[in-house]
Amino acid sequence: MDYNGYVTEQRIEGADDGPLTGTTVAVKDNISTAGVRTTCGSAMLADYVPPYDATVVERLKAAGATITGKTNMDEFGMGTTTETSAFGLTDNPAAPGHVPGGSSGGSAAVVAAGDADLALGTDTGGSVRCPAAFCGVVGIKPTYGLVSRYGLVAYANSLEQIGPIAPTVEAAAELLSVIAGPDERDATTRDAASEGSDYDYAAAADGDVSDMTVGIPSELVDGADQVVREVFRDAVEDLESQGAETVTVDLPSVEHAVEAYYVIAMSEASSNLARFDGVRYGTAASETAGEVEGDWNESFAAVREAGFGEEVKRRILLGTYALSAGYHDKYYEKAQDARAWVQQDFDAALEEADVLASPTMPVPPFEQGESLDDPMTMYLADANTVPVNLANLPAISVPAGETDEGLPVGLQFVGPAFGEHAIVRAGSALA
Amino acid sequence: MSDPAVDPDEVRHVADLARIALDEDEATRFARQFQDVLAAFETLDDVPEVEQETDLTNVMRPDEERACLDRDDALRNAPETEDGYFTGPRVS
Repeated sequence: MDYNGYVTEQRIEGADDGPLTGTTVAVKDNISTAGVRTTCGSAMLADYVPPYDATVVERLKAAGATITGKTNMDEFGMGTTTETSAFGLTDNPAAPGHVPGGSSGGSAAVVAAGDADLALGTDTGGSVRCPAAFCGVVGIKPTYGLVSRYGLVAYANSLEQIGPIAPTVEAAAELLSVIAGPDERDATTRDAASEGSDYDYAAAADGDVSDMTVGIPSELVDGADQVVREVFRDAVEDLESQGAETVTVDLPSVEHAVEAYYVIAMSEASSNLARFDGVRYGTAASETAGEVEGDWNESFAAVREAGFGEEVKRRILLGTYALSAGYHDKYYEKAQDARAWVQQDFDAALEEADVLASPTMPVPPFEQGESLDDPMTMYLADANTVPVNLANLPAISVPAGETDEGLPVGLQFVGPAFGEHAIVRAGSALA
Repeated sequence: MSDPAVDPDEVRHVADLARIALDEDEATRFARQFQDVLAAFETLDDVPEVEQETDLTNVMRPDEERACLDRDDALRNAPETEDGYFTGPRVS
Protein backbone atom coordinates (compact mmCIF):
# COMPACT_ATOMS: atom_id res chain seq x y z
CA MET A 1 0.00 0.00 0.00
CA ASP A 2 1.40 3.41 -0.88
CA TYR A 3 0.14 5.68 1.84
CA ASN A 4 2.27 8.64 0.66
CA GLY A 5 4.13 9.20 3.92
CA TYR A 6 7.14 10.90 2.37
CA VAL A 7 7.51 13.95 0.15
CA THR A 8 11.16 13.04 -0.43
CA GLU A 9 12.75 9.67 0.34
CA GLN A 10 16.48 10.14 0.69
CA ARG A 11 18.84 8.58 3.19
CA ILE A 12 21.17 10.81 5.20
CA GLU A 13 23.70 8.83 7.22
CA GLY A 14 24.66 9.97 10.69
CA ALA A 15 27.80 9.45 12.77
CA ASP A 16 29.16 5.91 13.20
CA ASP A 17 28.80 5.86 16.93
CA GLY A 18 26.02 7.34 18.99
CA PRO A 19 22.86 6.58 20.92
CA LEU A 20 20.83 6.40 17.68
CA THR A 21 23.31 4.38 15.57
CA GLY A 22 21.29 1.79 13.66
CA THR A 23 18.07 3.73 14.21
CA THR A 24 16.08 5.26 11.35
CA VAL A 25 14.42 8.63 11.87
CA ALA A 26 12.05 10.39 9.44
CA VAL A 27 11.99 14.19 9.50
CA LYS A 28 8.99 16.41 8.83
CA ASP A 29 9.40 18.43 5.68
CA ASN A 30 9.41 21.84 7.37
CA ILE A 31 12.70 21.07 9.15
CA SER A 32 15.75 22.12 7.13
CA THR A 33 18.11 19.43 5.80
CA ALA A 34 21.25 20.68 4.05
CA GLY A 35 21.23 19.57 0.42
CA VAL A 36 17.88 17.76 0.70
CA ARG A 37 14.81 19.64 -0.47
CA THR A 38 12.47 20.94 2.21
CA THR A 39 9.05 21.78 0.79
CA CYS A 40 6.80 22.43 3.82
CA GLY A 41 4.19 20.56 1.77
CA SER A 42 3.89 23.65 -0.44
CA ALA A 43 4.18 24.22 -4.18
CA MET A 44 5.90 27.47 -3.20
CA LEU A 45 8.94 25.51 -1.96
CA ALA A 46 8.73 22.50 -4.31
CA ASP A 47 12.37 23.01 -5.37
CA TYR A 48 13.78 24.65 -2.23
CA VAL A 49 17.03 23.06 -1.03
CA PRO A 50 18.26 24.45 2.31
CA PRO A 51 21.92 25.44 2.51
CA TYR A 52 22.15 24.37 6.16
CA ASP A 53 20.84 21.82 8.67
CA ALA A 54 18.36 22.61 11.41
CA THR A 55 19.90 22.20 14.88
CA VAL A 56 17.74 19.11 15.51
CA VAL A 57 19.03 17.54 12.28
CA GLU A 58 22.63 18.23 13.31
CA ARG A 59 21.88 16.55 16.63
CA LEU A 60 20.26 13.53 14.95
CA LYS A 61 23.30 13.05 12.72
CA ALA A 62 25.72 13.48 15.63
CA ALA A 63 23.72 10.88 17.58
CA GLY A 64 24.21 8.39 14.74
CA ALA A 65 20.68 8.34 13.35
CA THR A 66 20.01 7.44 9.73
CA ILE A 67 17.49 9.92 8.33
CA THR A 68 15.12 8.17 5.91
CA GLY A 69 13.60 11.22 4.26
CA LYS A 70 11.22 14.13 4.59
CA THR A 71 7.64 13.42 5.57
CA ASN A 72 4.41 14.77 4.17
CA MET A 73 2.50 17.42 6.08
CA ASP A 74 -0.28 19.95 5.86
CA GLU A 75 1.05 22.92 3.90
CA PHE A 76 3.27 24.99 6.24
CA GLY A 77 1.79 23.01 9.16
CA MET A 78 -1.67 24.46 8.62
CA GLY A 79 -4.12 21.63 9.05
CA THR A 80 -5.36 18.76 11.17
CA THR A 81 -5.54 16.07 8.47
CA THR A 82 -2.45 16.22 6.16
CA GLU A 83 -4.90 16.79 3.31
CA THR A 84 -3.71 20.32 2.51
CA SER A 85 -0.29 19.19 1.23
CA ALA A 86 0.57 20.16 -2.33
CA PHE A 87 2.01 16.63 -2.63
CA GLY A 88 -1.25 14.79 -2.05
CA LEU A 89 -2.88 13.41 1.08
CA THR A 90 -1.35 10.75 3.33
CA ASP A 91 -3.41 7.69 4.19
CA ASN A 92 -3.58 6.39 7.77
CA PRO A 93 -1.77 3.03 8.00
CA ALA A 94 -3.60 2.28 11.27
CA ALA A 95 -7.03 3.09 9.80
CA PRO A 96 -6.93 3.05 5.97
CA GLY A 97 -9.32 5.46 4.29
CA HIS A 98 -9.05 7.83 7.24
CA VAL A 99 -6.79 10.82 7.67
CA PRO A 100 -3.55 10.34 9.66
CA GLY A 101 -4.14 13.60 11.52
CA GLY A 102 -2.01 16.64 11.04
CA SER A 103 -0.10 18.52 10.45
CA SER A 104 2.72 15.99 11.04
CA GLY A 105 0.66 13.21 9.40
CA GLY A 106 3.50 11.79 7.32
CA SER A 107 5.77 11.46 10.37
CA ALA A 108 3.14 9.57 12.38
CA ALA A 109 2.20 7.42 9.38
CA VAL A 110 5.75 6.21 8.62
CA VAL A 111 6.21 5.25 12.29
CA ALA A 112 2.81 3.50 12.41
CA ALA A 113 3.66 1.62 9.19
CA GLY A 114 7.08 0.62 10.55
CA ASP A 115 8.89 2.34 7.67
CA ALA A 116 10.95 4.40 10.12
CA ASP A 117 11.80 3.60 13.73
CA LEU A 118 11.16 7.16 14.89
CA ALA A 119 10.19 10.54 13.46
CA LEU A 120 10.31 14.25 14.16
CA GLY A 121 7.19 16.36 13.85
CA THR A 122 6.35 19.91 14.84
CA ASP A 123 3.53 20.96 17.15
CA THR A 124 2.08 24.47 16.88
CA GLY A 125 -1.42 23.63 18.09
CA GLY A 126 -1.38 19.84 18.29
CA SER A 127 0.43 18.86 15.10
CA VAL A 128 2.51 16.14 16.80
CA ARG A 129 -0.13 14.90 19.25
CA CYS A 130 -3.07 14.76 16.80
CA PRO A 131 -1.36 12.51 14.23
CA ALA A 132 0.14 10.40 17.02
CA ALA A 133 -3.38 9.86 18.38
CA PHE A 134 -4.94 9.16 14.97
CA CYS A 135 -2.17 6.71 13.94
CA GLY A 136 -1.95 4.87 17.28
CA VAL A 137 1.59 5.96 18.16
CA VAL A 138 3.26 8.18 20.78
CA GLY A 139 4.02 11.89 20.29
CA ILE A 140 5.55 14.50 22.60
CA LYS A 141 5.11 18.28 22.41
CA PRO A 142 7.99 19.60 24.57
CA THR A 143 7.91 22.61 26.88
CA TYR A 144 8.32 25.80 24.84
CA GLY A 145 12.05 26.51 24.71
CA LEU A 146 13.27 22.96 25.35
CA VAL A 147 14.06 22.21 21.69
CA SER A 148 15.76 24.57 19.25
CA ARG A 149 13.66 25.88 16.38
CA TYR A 150 16.72 26.96 14.37
CA GLY A 151 16.14 25.68 10.82
CA LEU A 152 12.43 25.10 11.33
CA VAL A 153 10.46 27.03 8.73
CA ALA A 154 8.37 29.27 10.95
CA TYR A 155 4.58 29.21 11.05
CA ALA A 156 3.78 30.64 14.53
CA ASN A 157 7.00 31.16 16.47
CA SER A 158 5.52 31.77 19.91
CA LEU A 159 3.62 28.47 19.87
CA GLU A 160 5.62 25.85 18.02
CA GLN A 161 8.07 23.19 19.13
CA ILE A 162 9.72 20.25 17.37
CA GLY A 163 8.82 16.94 19.02
CA PRO A 164 9.40 13.18 18.71
CA ILE A 165 7.01 10.51 17.40
CA ALA A 166 7.69 6.85 18.26
CA PRO A 167 5.99 3.47 18.76
CA THR A 168 6.64 3.57 22.52
CA VAL A 169 6.93 6.21 25.24
CA GLU A 170 10.47 5.10 26.04
CA ALA A 171 11.61 5.46 22.43
CA ALA A 172 9.99 8.91 22.17
CA ALA A 173 11.73 9.92 25.40
CA GLU A 174 15.11 8.77 24.05
CA LEU A 175 14.66 10.80 20.88
CA LEU A 176 13.66 13.84 22.93
CA SER A 177 16.92 13.55 24.90
CA VAL A 178 18.87 13.75 21.63
CA ILE A 179 17.18 16.90 20.30
CA ALA A 180 16.60 18.84 23.55
CA GLY A 181 18.87 21.47 25.06
CA PRO A 182 19.87 25.10 24.58
CA ASP A 183 21.11 26.45 21.26
CA GLU A 184 22.74 29.84 20.81
CA ARG A 185 21.06 30.10 17.40
CA ASP A 186 17.58 30.06 18.99
CA ALA A 187 17.41 32.69 21.73
CA THR A 188 14.14 31.25 23.06
CA THR A 189 15.78 27.98 24.14
CA ARG A 190 16.40 27.34 27.82
CA ASP A 191 18.52 24.79 29.68
CA ALA A 192 16.30 22.23 31.40
CA ALA A 193 19.10 21.70 33.93
CA SER A 194 18.57 25.30 35.11
CA GLU A 195 14.83 24.64 35.43
CA GLY A 196 15.07 21.82 37.96
CA SER A 197 15.04 19.07 35.34
CA ASP A 198 17.53 16.91 33.43
CA TYR A 199 17.72 15.32 29.98
CA ASP A 200 17.43 11.62 30.86
CA TYR A 201 13.76 11.35 29.95
CA ALA A 202 13.81 7.61 29.24
CA ALA A 203 14.70 7.01 32.90
CA ALA A 204 11.20 8.20 33.77
CA ALA A 205 9.54 5.60 31.52
CA ASP A 206 9.16 3.14 34.40
CA GLY A 207 5.36 2.96 34.33
CA ASP A 208 5.20 3.72 38.05
CA VAL A 209 2.17 5.92 38.64
CA SER A 210 1.53 4.69 42.18
CA ASP A 211 2.47 8.07 43.69
CA MET A 212 0.92 10.21 40.97
CA THR A 213 -2.12 12.44 41.09
CA VAL A 214 -3.81 12.77 37.71
CA GLY A 215 -6.09 15.79 37.25
CA ILE A 216 -8.99 15.45 34.84
CA PRO A 217 -10.32 18.73 33.42
CA SER A 218 -13.98 18.11 32.66
CA GLU A 219 -13.90 20.91 30.07
CA LEU A 220 -11.61 18.76 27.91
CA VAL A 221 -13.60 15.54 28.34
CA ASP A 222 -17.27 16.52 28.15
CA GLY A 223 -17.02 17.89 24.62
CA ALA A 224 -15.56 14.70 23.18
CA ASP A 225 -17.52 12.11 21.17
CA GLN A 226 -19.02 9.37 23.28
CA VAL A 227 -16.88 6.66 21.64
CA VAL A 228 -13.80 8.67 22.58
CA ARG A 229 -15.00 9.25 26.15
CA GLU A 230 -15.54 5.52 26.64
CA VAL A 231 -11.99 4.65 25.61
CA PHE A 232 -10.68 7.51 27.76
CA ARG A 233 -12.61 6.32 30.84
CA ASP A 234 -11.26 2.79 30.45
CA ALA A 235 -7.72 4.17 30.26
CA VAL A 236 -8.27 6.28 33.39
CA GLU A 237 -9.56 3.20 35.22
CA ASP A 238 -6.43 1.40 34.08
CA LEU A 239 -4.31 4.18 35.63
CA GLU A 240 -6.32 4.00 38.88
CA SER A 241 -5.85 0.24 39.03
CA GLN A 242 -2.10 0.88 38.83
CA GLY A 243 -2.33 3.12 41.90
CA ALA A 244 -2.76 6.59 40.42
CA GLU A 245 -5.08 8.95 42.24
CA THR A 246 -7.46 10.96 40.05
CA VAL A 247 -9.02 14.33 40.83
CA THR A 248 -11.30 16.61 38.86
CA VAL A 249 -9.84 20.03 38.04
CA ASP A 250 -11.32 23.14 36.42
CA LEU A 251 -9.98 24.99 33.39
CA PRO A 252 -12.71 27.58 32.70
CA SER A 253 -10.47 29.57 30.34
CA VAL A 254 -10.19 26.80 27.74
CA GLU A 255 -13.63 27.72 26.44
CA HIS A 256 -11.83 30.53 24.58
CA ALA A 257 -8.63 28.66 23.74
CA VAL A 258 -9.42 27.71 20.14
CA GLU A 259 -10.35 31.27 19.18
CA ALA A 260 -7.33 32.74 20.99
CA TYR A 261 -5.05 30.17 19.40
CA TYR A 262 -6.24 30.87 15.86
CA VAL A 263 -6.01 34.65 16.26
CA ILE A 264 -2.41 34.35 17.51
CA ALA A 265 -1.31 31.61 15.09
CA MET A 266 -2.83 33.30 12.04
CA SER A 267 -1.42 36.68 13.02
CA GLU A 268 2.07 35.24 13.38
CA ALA A 269 1.63 33.29 10.12
CA SER A 270 0.65 36.41 8.18
CA SER A 271 3.96 37.95 9.19
CA ASN A 272 6.15 34.85 8.83
CA LEU A 273 4.86 33.91 5.38
CA ALA A 274 5.43 37.40 4.01
CA ARG A 275 8.93 36.24 3.02
CA PHE A 276 7.63 34.01 0.23
CA ASP A 277 7.66 36.37 -2.73
CA GLY A 278 9.50 34.43 -5.43
CA VAL A 279 12.69 36.49 -5.19
CA ARG A 280 15.02 34.65 -2.77
CA TYR A 281 13.30 31.29 -3.15
CA GLY A 282 10.06 29.98 -4.55
CA THR A 283 8.74 30.28 -8.03
CA ALA A 284 9.47 33.41 -10.05
CA ALA A 285 6.56 35.51 -11.23
CA SER A 286 7.65 34.96 -14.83
CA GLU A 287 7.15 31.20 -14.36
CA THR A 288 3.71 31.44 -12.77
CA ALA A 289 1.90 34.25 -14.48
CA GLY A 290 4.09 35.34 -17.36
CA GLU A 291 5.02 39.00 -17.40
CA VAL A 292 2.87 40.74 -14.83
CA GLU A 293 1.34 44.06 -15.72
CA GLY A 294 1.74 46.54 -12.91
CA ASP A 295 4.05 47.08 -9.94
CA TRP A 296 6.12 44.75 -7.75
CA ASN A 297 3.23 44.21 -5.37
CA GLU A 298 1.11 42.80 -8.16
CA SER A 299 3.94 40.54 -9.19
CA PHE A 300 4.34 39.25 -5.62
CA ALA A 301 0.56 38.78 -5.37
CA ALA A 302 0.60 36.62 -8.50
CA VAL A 303 3.47 34.48 -7.14
CA ARG A 304 1.66 34.01 -3.85
CA GLU A 305 -1.66 33.21 -5.50
CA ALA A 306 0.00 30.43 -7.50
CA GLY A 307 2.31 29.13 -4.75
CA PHE A 308 0.01 28.93 -1.73
CA GLY A 309 -2.85 26.50 -1.24
CA GLU A 310 -6.27 27.56 -0.04
CA GLU A 311 -5.86 26.92 3.70
CA VAL A 312 -2.60 28.89 3.77
CA LYS A 313 -4.24 31.81 1.97
CA ARG A 314 -7.16 31.63 4.37
CA ARG A 315 -4.89 31.85 7.43
CA ILE A 316 -2.69 34.62 6.03
CA LEU A 317 -5.77 36.67 5.18
CA LEU A 318 -7.43 36.12 8.56
CA GLY A 319 -4.16 36.98 10.31
CA THR A 320 -3.77 40.12 8.23
CA TYR A 321 -7.35 41.06 9.09
CA ALA A 322 -6.82 40.45 12.83
CA LEU A 323 -3.76 42.70 12.86
CA SER A 324 -5.17 45.45 10.66
CA ALA A 325 -6.06 48.90 11.96
CA GLY A 326 -9.14 48.88 14.17
CA TYR A 327 -9.08 45.14 14.81
CA HIS A 328 -5.75 44.69 16.61
CA ASP A 329 -7.13 45.56 20.05
CA LYS A 330 -10.36 43.71 19.43
CA TYR A 331 -8.82 40.40 18.39
CA TYR A 332 -5.08 40.22 19.03
CA GLU A 333 -5.01 41.92 22.43
CA LYS A 334 -7.99 39.89 23.66
CA ALA A 335 -6.32 36.72 22.43
CA GLN A 336 -3.23 37.59 24.47
CA ASP A 337 -5.47 38.07 27.52
CA ALA A 338 -7.02 34.68 26.88
CA ARG A 339 -3.55 33.15 26.54
CA ALA A 340 -2.46 34.57 29.90
CA TRP A 341 -5.71 33.29 31.45
CA VAL A 342 -5.11 29.80 30.06
CA GLN A 343 -1.60 29.86 31.50
CA GLN A 344 -2.91 30.81 34.96
CA ASP A 345 -5.57 28.10 34.78
CA PHE A 346 -3.04 25.39 33.98
CA ASP A 347 -0.70 26.62 36.71
CA ALA A 348 -3.53 26.38 39.25
CA ALA A 349 -4.67 22.95 38.04
CA LEU A 350 -1.11 21.64 38.18
CA GLU A 351 -0.92 22.72 41.82
CA GLU A 352 -3.55 20.07 42.50
CA ALA A 353 -2.17 17.32 40.26
CA ASP A 354 1.15 16.06 38.88
CA VAL A 355 -0.24 15.79 35.36
CA LEU A 356 -3.55 16.45 33.64
CA ALA A 357 -5.27 13.85 31.43
CA SER A 358 -7.76 14.26 28.59
CA PRO A 359 -8.56 12.72 25.23
CA THR A 360 -5.93 14.03 22.78
CA MET A 361 -8.58 14.59 20.11
CA PRO A 362 -12.31 14.92 20.82
CA VAL A 363 -13.07 12.77 17.77
CA PRO A 364 -11.73 9.58 16.15
CA PRO A 365 -9.83 9.97 12.85
CA PHE A 366 -11.94 11.69 10.17
CA GLU A 367 -12.68 9.94 6.91
CA GLN A 368 -10.68 11.42 4.05
CA GLY A 369 -12.32 14.52 2.56
CA GLU A 370 -14.83 14.75 5.39
CA SER A 371 -13.95 18.14 6.76
CA LEU A 372 -12.14 20.24 4.19
CA ASP A 373 -15.02 22.52 3.26
CA ASP A 374 -15.81 23.81 6.72
CA PRO A 375 -12.75 25.45 8.30
CA MET A 376 -14.36 26.37 11.63
CA THR A 377 -15.43 22.77 12.31
CA MET A 378 -11.91 21.66 11.54
CA TYR A 379 -10.42 24.28 13.87
CA LEU A 380 -12.68 23.13 16.73
CA ALA A 381 -11.16 19.64 16.49
CA ASP A 382 -8.05 21.22 18.04
CA ALA A 383 -9.90 22.11 21.25
CA ASN A 384 -7.86 19.80 23.51
CA THR A 385 -4.42 20.37 22.03
CA VAL A 386 -4.17 24.16 21.50
CA PRO A 387 -4.48 25.16 25.19
CA VAL A 388 -1.17 23.40 25.84
CA ASN A 389 0.63 25.49 23.22
CA LEU A 390 -0.92 28.68 24.60
CA ALA A 391 0.38 27.70 28.04
CA ASN A 392 3.89 26.73 26.75
CA LEU A 393 3.61 23.37 28.57
CA PRO A 394 4.78 19.84 27.70
CA ALA A 395 2.30 17.16 26.68
CA ILE A 396 2.38 13.60 25.42
CA SER A 397 -0.19 11.64 23.42
CA VAL A 398 -0.24 7.88 24.02
CA PRO A 399 -2.49 5.22 22.49
CA ALA A 400 -5.43 4.64 24.84
CA GLY A 401 -7.26 2.01 22.83
CA GLU A 402 -9.62 1.79 19.88
CA THR A 403 -13.25 2.50 19.16
CA ASP A 404 -15.55 -0.45 18.35
CA GLU A 405 -14.80 0.28 14.70
CA GLY A 406 -11.08 -0.14 15.31
CA LEU A 407 -10.15 3.54 15.11
CA PRO A 408 -7.24 4.63 17.34
CA VAL A 409 -7.93 6.95 20.29
CA GLY A 410 -5.15 8.89 22.01
CA LEU A 411 -4.88 10.08 25.60
CA GLN A 412 -3.01 13.29 26.37
CA PHE A 413 -1.06 13.99 29.55
CA VAL A 414 -0.06 17.60 30.22
CA GLY A 415 2.70 18.45 32.70
CA PRO A 416 4.18 21.57 34.29
CA ALA A 417 6.85 23.55 32.42
CA PHE A 418 9.98 21.37 32.05
CA GLY A 419 8.01 18.52 33.63
CA GLU A 420 8.75 16.12 30.75
CA HIS A 421 9.63 13.37 33.24
CA ALA A 422 6.13 13.45 34.72
CA ILE A 423 4.34 13.08 31.37
CA VAL A 424 6.76 10.35 30.26
CA ARG A 425 6.15 8.46 33.52
CA ALA A 426 2.38 8.75 33.26
CA GLY A 427 2.41 7.84 29.57
CA SER A 428 4.59 4.79 30.13
CA ALA A 429 1.88 3.31 32.36
CA LEU A 430 -0.30 3.02 29.25
CA ALA A 431 2.12 2.57 26.34
CA MET B 1 -23.01 41.09 19.77
CA SER B 2 -23.45 41.55 16.05
CA ASP B 3 -21.99 39.13 13.59
CA PRO B 4 -19.31 40.79 11.53
CA ALA B 5 -20.41 41.17 7.94
CA VAL B 6 -17.74 40.24 5.45
CA ASP B 7 -18.24 40.76 1.75
CA PRO B 8 -15.98 39.73 -1.15
CA ASP B 9 -14.75 43.32 -1.53
CA GLU B 10 -13.47 43.34 2.03
CA VAL B 11 -11.78 39.97 1.44
CA ARG B 12 -10.10 41.41 -1.65
CA HIS B 13 -8.94 44.46 0.33
CA VAL B 14 -7.30 42.24 2.97
CA ALA B 15 -5.83 40.04 0.22
CA ASP B 16 -4.36 43.18 -1.31
CA LEU B 17 -2.72 44.07 2.02
CA ALA B 18 -1.35 40.52 2.25
CA ARG B 19 -0.13 40.59 -1.38
CA ILE B 20 -2.18 37.61 -2.47
CA ALA B 21 -4.21 37.72 -5.67
CA LEU B 22 -7.58 35.92 -5.48
CA ASP B 23 -10.01 34.80 -8.13
CA GLU B 24 -13.74 35.57 -7.90
CA ASP B 25 -14.68 32.14 -6.55
CA GLU B 26 -12.09 32.31 -3.79
CA ALA B 27 -13.14 35.79 -2.70
CA THR B 28 -16.78 34.69 -2.49
CA ARG B 29 -15.98 31.45 -0.68
CA PHE B 30 -13.62 33.17 1.78
CA ALA B 31 -16.25 35.83 2.55
CA ARG B 32 -18.69 33.11 3.59
CA GLN B 33 -16.10 31.18 5.62
CA PHE B 34 -14.67 34.28 7.30
CA GLN B 35 -18.14 35.07 8.58
CA ASP B 36 -18.05 31.88 10.68
CA VAL B 37 -14.47 32.30 11.84
CA LEU B 38 -14.84 35.97 12.78
CA ALA B 39 -18.07 35.21 14.65
CA ALA B 40 -16.02 32.77 16.73
CA PHE B 41 -13.29 35.37 17.24
CA GLU B 42 -15.97 37.76 18.53
CA THR B 43 -16.48 35.52 21.58
CA LEU B 44 -13.08 36.75 22.81
CA ASP B 45 -15.04 39.82 23.94
CA ASP B 46 -16.05 37.74 26.97
CA VAL B 47 -12.44 37.27 28.08
CA PRO B 48 -11.61 39.42 31.11
CA GLU B 49 -8.52 41.61 31.11
CA VAL B 50 -5.77 39.44 32.54
CA GLU B 51 -2.57 40.61 34.11
CA GLN B 52 0.13 39.12 31.90
CA GLU B 53 2.99 37.97 34.07
CA THR B 54 6.00 37.37 31.92
CA ASP B 55 9.36 36.21 33.14
CA LEU B 56 10.95 37.10 29.83
CA THR B 57 14.53 38.26 29.70
CA ASN B 58 16.47 39.60 26.75
CA VAL B 59 19.11 37.27 25.38
CA MET B 60 22.11 39.26 24.20
CA ARG B 61 25.37 38.38 22.51
CA PRO B 62 28.43 40.49 21.69
CA ASP B 63 28.03 42.33 18.40
CA GLU B 64 31.03 40.72 16.78
CA GLU B 65 31.71 39.75 13.20
CA ARG B 66 31.34 36.06 12.58
CA ALA B 67 30.99 33.58 9.75
CA CYS B 68 27.67 33.62 7.96
CA LEU B 69 26.03 31.99 4.97
CA ASP B 70 28.21 31.94 1.85
CA ARG B 71 26.88 34.24 -0.87
CA ASP B 72 26.65 31.49 -3.50
CA ASP B 73 24.69 29.31 -1.06
CA ALA B 74 22.37 32.17 -0.21
CA LEU B 75 21.64 32.78 -3.90
CA ARG B 76 21.27 29.14 -4.90
CA ASN B 77 17.49 28.96 -4.42
CA ALA B 78 16.72 32.24 -6.14
CA PRO B 79 14.85 31.91 -9.43
CA GLU B 80 16.93 34.74 -10.90
CA THR B 81 20.21 36.35 -9.89
CA GLU B 82 22.58 38.80 -11.47
CA ASP B 83 26.21 39.61 -10.53
CA GLY B 84 25.84 38.09 -7.08
CA TYR B 85 22.52 39.76 -6.29
CA PHE B 86 18.90 38.66 -6.14
CA THR B 87 16.89 39.86 -9.09
CA GLY B 88 13.47 41.35 -8.44
CA PRO B 89 10.56 40.80 -10.77
CA ARG B 90 10.49 42.67 -14.07
CA VAL B 91 7.47 44.87 -14.16
CA SER B 92 6.07 46.98 -16.93
